[in-house]
Parts: sequence; C-alpha cells; structure tokens
Amino acid sequence: MNTISDTMTANKSRQAATMQGETSAQDSDTPSLSILMDDRKASRANAAKASAEKLNFWYGSNQALKNINLVIPEHQVSALIGPSGCGKSTFLRCFNRMHDLQADTKYEGAITLRPDNVNLVGPETDPIEVRMRIGMVFQKPNPFPKSVFENVAYGLRLRGVNGRTELAERVEKALRAAAIWDEVKDRLNESALALSGGQMQRVCIARALATDPEILLFDEPTSALDPIATAKIEELITELRSRVTILIVTHNMQQAARVSDFTAFMYLGELVEVDATSKIFTNPSKKATEDYITGRYG
Amino acid sequence: MAATAHLTLEEIRKGLSWRKQLDKAFTVLGLALLFCCLGILAILFFDLVRDGSSRFGWDFFTSFPSRKAENAGILSAAVGTMLIMVVTALVALPLGVAAAIYLEEYAPKNWFTGIIEINVTNLAGVPSIIYGLLALGLFVYQFNFGQSVLTAGLTLALLILPIVIVATRESLRAVPKAIREAAYGLGATRWEVTKDHVLPYSTGGILTGLILGLSRAIGETAPIITIGALSFIAFLPPSPVTGEFPFLNFEWLMSEFTAMPIQMFNWVSRPDQAFQANAAAAGAILLGMTLAMNAVAIWIRYRFRKKISW
Amino acid sequence: MTQRKAQISQGVFASLHYRKTRDRIIELILMTAGLVAVFTTLAIVFILFYESSYFFENVSIKDFLTDTMWTPLFADARYGILPLVAGTLTVTGVAILVAIPVGTVIAIYLSEFAPHHFRETVKPVLELLGAVPTVVYGYFALLMVTPLLQKIWPELPGFNMLSAGLVIGLMIVPYVASVSEDAMRAVPKYMREGSYAMGATKLQTALRVVVPGAFSGLAAAYILGISRAVGETMVVAIAAGMMANLTFNPTEPAATITAFIVQVSLGDLPHDSIGYQSIFAAGLVLMLITLVLNVIGFFLTRRFREAY
Repeated sequence: MNTISDTMTANKSRQAATMQGETSAQDSDTPSLSILMDDRKASRANAAKASAEKLNFWYGSNQALKNINLVIPEHQVSALIGPSGCGKSTFLRCFNRMHDLQADTKYEGAITLRPDNVNLVGPETDPIEVRMRIGMVFQKPNPFPKSVFENVAYGLRLRGVNGRTELAERVEKALRAAAIWDEVKDRLNESALALSGGQMQRVCIARALATDPEILLFDEPTSALDPIATAKIEELITELRSRVTILIVTHNMQQAARVSDFTAFMYLGELVEVDATSKIFTNPSKKATEDYITGRYG
Repeated sequence: MAATAHLTLEEIRKGLSWRKQLDKAFTVLGLALLFCCLGILAILFFDLVRDGSSRFGWDFFTSFPSRKAENAGILSAAVGTMLIMVVTALVALPLGVAAAIYLEEYAPKNWFTGIIEINVTNLAGVPSIIYGLLALGLFVYQFNFGQSVLTAGLTLALLILPIVIVATRESLRAVPKAIREAAYGLGATRWEVTKDHVLPYSTGGILTGLILGLSRAIGETAPIITIGALSFIAFLPPSPVTGEFPFLNFEWLMSEFTAMPIQMFNWVSRPDQAFQANAAAAGAILLGMTLAMNAVAIWIRYRFRKKISW
Repeated sequence: MTQRKAQISQGVFASLHYRKTRDRIIELILMTAGLVAVFTTLAIVFILFYESSYFFENVSIKDFLTDTMWTPLFADARYGILPLVAGTLTVTGVAILVAIPVGTVIAIYLSEFAPHHFRETVKPVLELLGAVPTVVYGYFALLMVTPLLQKIWPELPGFNMLSAGLVIGLMIVPYVASVSEDAMRAVPKYMREGSYAMGATKLQTALRVVVPGAFSGLAAAYILGISRAVGETMVVAIAAGMMANLTFNPTEPAATITAFIVQVSLGDLPHDSIGYQSIFAAGLVLMLITLVLNVIGFFLTRRFREAY
C-alpha cells in the first residue's frame, strides 16, 4: 500500500502547474481554472489543451458518464484511473468519437479543444475530422496485416501524402519518436504481425504519431504486454509528453503513478477527484479516492 | 449393497450392454446411410462416364448438334455456356459484393435493412423456374432483350446473387473489429476502411462464393428453358473479337444460344436410344465441371484462411 | 499557434470534404445494390400477377382451383390446377419420405457420434451431393433408377413419380442433414452433459435431449427441404413424364406444376395465348406454396437460433 508513495518519492520532481477542475460534487456553470505555480522552480504555466465541460454520455438509456468536468493540460500526461466499469475508457473514447461507430449513443455537454475552441463531441463537429486531429493507441496492439512501413504510412496516405521520399522521411521520424526505429529499420517491408507484442504496440504508437496528432489517447496500452515491453512503453510515454498531450487510461495504479503528471479518479461514471499525481497518491482529498488507492476495493 | 435403490449391479450391467449395442447399431446405420449417399454419387459419375465413353473425343467437342446421334456434338452448347457464365459473373460479382458491403458495413440496424435481408434470404429459396418466368416476362418481353445470351446471363446472375451475398458477408465479418478500429482511429472514412482493410482480406471468401455460385449456375436448366433457349442451334454466336475497329463487338450478347444442360436435357428426352450416350457424355462433362469448380472453391477458401492469420 | 491552426484547416480539411462526399456517393451506390434483392422480389410478384391477370380474364378462379383436368394445350381446354398440384404433392411426398429419415439419421450421426475430423471431411463431400446439376439427376432417375425399379415391379411405367421422388429425396438429403446438424450443434453442451452424467448412452442423449432441444431447427430443415422438393423441375420433367394426371399414386406418370411450365416453354406458343399465360398462373401457385413454406421455415430458423 505504501508502494505508491514510495514510487512518488522515487520519481524526480517535475515542474508542475496544477489545473484544478471542479469535481462533480460542486455545481457551477463553467469550471474556473486556477493556476498554481510550483514555487520550487520557475515553471511555465501549462495551458489547457482540452477541457471537458459538463460532459454526459449515454449508451441507449444507460448513462455511462455523469457531468464530467476535467481539464487536460497541454504537453502533460494525464491518467484516468478507477475500478472496472467506472467509465474511464468510455470517457477516453469520447475524445475521438469512437462511440459514433455504434448505434444509439448520445453525448451531452462539451469537450472543447484549444486553441480553436472546437467542441469535439458537438453534433456540428464531424467525427472523422476529430479523428484526424486526435490519435489513439489501443489495448491490444492492432497493426494492419501489412508491412511496418505501410502501417505507419497509412495515416499519411489518408491525408494525401503520397510522395515516396516524403513518406519515407515521416515514417522514419515517427518510428524514431516511438523508440523503435533501430529495431525495425532493416525490416520495414516485412509484415508488422511478425513482431513481438511490445514491438507491435510501439509500431502502433508510431502509426498514431506519424500524423502529428494534437492529443494522443492511450487505452490501457500495456495491459496485454509483458513487464519488459511495458517498461519500454512507459518510458516512451513520458518522453512523448514534450511533443504531444497525452491522456492515458490504466487500471494499474502504479503505472499511473509512474508515468503521469496528473491523475483523475473516476467511479461509477463520475469524476471523483483530479490532482497532480504526486498529491493524489500521497494525500488524496476524497475518501473514495483513498479507499481505491489503498486497495480497499478494486 | 453397491446397487442403486432399484437395480442390482447385474441388472445395470445387462441393461447397459443392451443400450451400448443400440449405440453401435446406430453408428453403423449412420455410416451406412452416409456411404450409401456418397456411393450413389460415385456410381452416378462412373455410369455417366461409362455410358458416354463412346462419344468422348475431339469430334464431340467440335461438332454441332445433329439428327444423327454419332455426329452430334456440344460445340454450340459449350460455347453458349461459357458466354452465359461470363455475363453471369460480370453481373453477379459487383452486385453481390456491393450489396454485401452495404449490409455488413453501412446499413443501420433498422426495419429498412431488415427488409433487404429478408428478401435476400427469401430469394435463396425461390424455385429456379420462377426466375425463368421472371426473366420471360421482364427481360424477354418488357425490356425486349429477347431470347438471348444477355437474358440468360442476367437471370442466372439474379439466381446466384444470394449465394454471392452470403459468402461475401461471411468473409467481411471474419475481419477482426480491432483492424477497423485502428483504421477509424487514424481518421479514415467508412469507405476507406472498407477499401483499404476489409475488402483486401476478404477476397478469398468472395472468390469462393462466386465460384460456388457459378458452379450452381452452370447446371441450371429450368430458367434457361423457360426463357426459350433452343437446343438445335447449329451455329455459334458472333465472336466478340473482330479483326476491324473497334475490335470488340457485343452482338453475341443478343444472339440466340444453347447451353450444356439444355443439350443434355434434349438428348435425354429423345426416345431414340442412340442419343442416350450423348446425354451421358454431356452429363459427365457437366458433372465433372461442377465438381471441379466446387473443389477449386474449397481449396481457395482453405488457402486464404491459412494466409491471413490474425 | 496560429500557424498550426492554418495547417489544420487547409491541409487536412480541404481534402476531407472530398473524401466525405465520395463516401456518401459510394454509400448510395451500395445501397442501390442492396435494394436489387428487394426489386427482384417485387418484380417476380409483379410479373406473376400481371401475366396471370390476363389468364384469369378468361378462366374463372373457381374453375382454376376446382377443375380436375388440366389440358390447356388441347382444343377443348380445361384449366384445373388440381392435377398439377397432385403431381407436385405426390413427388414431394415420396421425396421427403426418403430425405427426412435419412437426413435426420445422418445429422444425428455427424453431430453426436462422429469424431471431429471425420465430420469436417465428410460434410463438404456430402454437400457435393447437393451441387450436382439437376438435369444429371434427371438422367439418373430415368435411365438408372427406373430400370432398377422395373426389375422389382415389371409393370412400372417408364415415366413414373416414384423414381423422380426417390431421386429428389436423395438430392435434398444433404440440405436436410446440414440444417438439422446445425440445429443440433446449437444445443448447448451442458444439456448433453446433464444426460451423460446420469449414465445415458450417446443414442439416448441424442434422441431424448438433443433432438427435442433442436426441434424448431429440425422442423425448419424439413420445411425448407419440402420447399426445395416442391420447386424441383428437371428431375420430374425428365423422369415423371409431362402428362397431367390427377392421382396420388406414385407408380403412375404425372406432371408437376414445374414440369408443365417446362413443357409449354419447349413449345411454340405465342405470347398472348392462354396456353402461354397459363404458365404464369401455374407459376403463381408454385410461388405462393414455396413462399408460405419459406416463411414458416424462416421463423422456425430464427427461433432455434435465438433459443440458445
């Protein structure tokens, strides 16, 4: 139970500007953004990349998300934790409108993407457009049954990039950013399915990075991988922070503690608490959060 | 006592041995019936080959039908069948695949889609001669295509459409959802997902469905008779390729024709015994082609399943 | 910041509009293809009713349904459909007397007794039996089955409904067996296990648990098999003769609805003669019979699929 706080003390301290969103317990029209500066270092305030405002979501008649208000800070890793069925994956998938692929789903409220203030879940917003700006990495690595090169190039081809040199350049850039270039540079034209699980997942990350997404969503990215592959990907996630805003769902609390700057705890479709990771794991304000973190329920 | 409340151990054993014998008897019965059925198929094939053996030869393939059995051949019938199959495939494949894609990837789950699906299922069970009546009323007379290769091809295409649709849907379904999700996640539109990821991996199943459909179409007699295919056609439809510009002509589509199953039917129906050998030979060829096409379809399905392992 | 915004709105969205429009057009094309099935059904219904309407201008429906002779091609034409229906029913009756028991036994064997590899090899071969062209089966019925039967019953005429019925039965055995086997395999394992755990043998479990459990699926198989037999054309056209004959005796020759349509099509009737239109009336009756059977079969199939 103390491993989490141990993890926290072992982590190097990060520059932190905390964005506090309102929790569901408090009712207000718009969340007020308070910016706290960490007084240890002069830090740049992290602007919000996206903010969920009074977001509600239904599968048919079943309400899966209740009045979520959360700010996702730019160039930071935000983690969503909570027990099974709490809605964290559901919330994640609102960001790239994956729910639209199913019938009978309803969004209410907004997820506002900065800086152009587009409402990602608004009916006037085209889901395909959203998916072209927001990338996703899935739980089980799902590369296409094509070559490594074609996997990473697919998103670029969709966007009209077809020139051979440009494609090659951008594919290499993405594979380097995903820390897998050295392992696949000699087998770019071989099937991606021949790689190991961890390598496939990094190719999937490269595939998502190739199109310069504004937010990269990770849906339990390492739950199907072995510990060594998991460690590599966690390291990668912390590095990627500087290029892209990251939102990660994980059922593994230690992972959240390791990789994220901010952690949000969700329970039964509601946002219970969100705070800087260091604070939430050492000194959570809500009892429910503390109960979950100390393992009183899973 | 080790026995149950009602039976002694001896009684249990005796009853059991009787029941086990019944089990064995049933196994024998099942196997016997199975092999009877398959055996009859084999007998049929061999009998056809044997009865028709006197006719097999180059002459048989290159002669037109004739009033004298020894001179009668299947040239016009074979060519007719092939031309019809070309039209059938060219119509059934795009229509069937497109309909299957719509039903599988696009259609929402509502009453409208339900109606389409019910119709596809229903059409699979409509007797083939009804398709012939449809073609007679619609293609031959209303549309004025006449008793032509085109009419026959369209009719058979409609006949095998359900087969192609069902086979295509199955192979589309076999593509895992995760692949589609990955493609959508990158911002692909529905058609891009279908074209780039779902269709390429379904070609095996689609091909299988098409070949199975064609193998059914090749043997269909009733609809073609109803349209009015004649069986004493001593000429070939005009060739599609000509020596002069524009090199391709379509007159053959509107030409009268005959087909293999019609020829066989005609020969079998004659009281003159001499024609029975011709019928047997034609039947052997027809059966051989059907079996071969089925085998090819099954082989393709097997190969494609092996090649793409998710 | 503003640079990024410009890149997004120009580079990506300019072609997004094109891609989406293209998608919408393609969806319309695909939907039209899907509607072809509906149009085909509507066309069939329309043509049959339309052409039959001319027929029924000249022949009353009462006569059509109750007259006992069908001689449209004679000078003194009679248009009672009963002989054709009788022929169809007799042939179908013989066929299912063969197909239902044989198909069910084979299905039980494959589903409950046969080892896995055996079943996987045999099933496709069995389906080949159903893929044989019907004209070849017609040849078989006329030139092999009838002479064989004549050895047993010398008075059997050369054209008779018995040979045709037997061969049609053989032809639909694979279909009945396949649908029945699917139905039996859908019965969940735990039901069988309950029976085995009480000391039952395979046969007892099959007959007392699986067959009753798969009942609606078996009923679907039988009904769809009947529908196939009713619609069968070439075997009867070749082996049962084409003379309409009001009888239920399979040892006599007779014409079925389907054989009659073939007979007229082989001839030279002009388009607007009653004889020609009679085939549409006959086809209409055939269509209605098979439609009812197929609909019943469809609902039974759905029931067995949903039951578990």
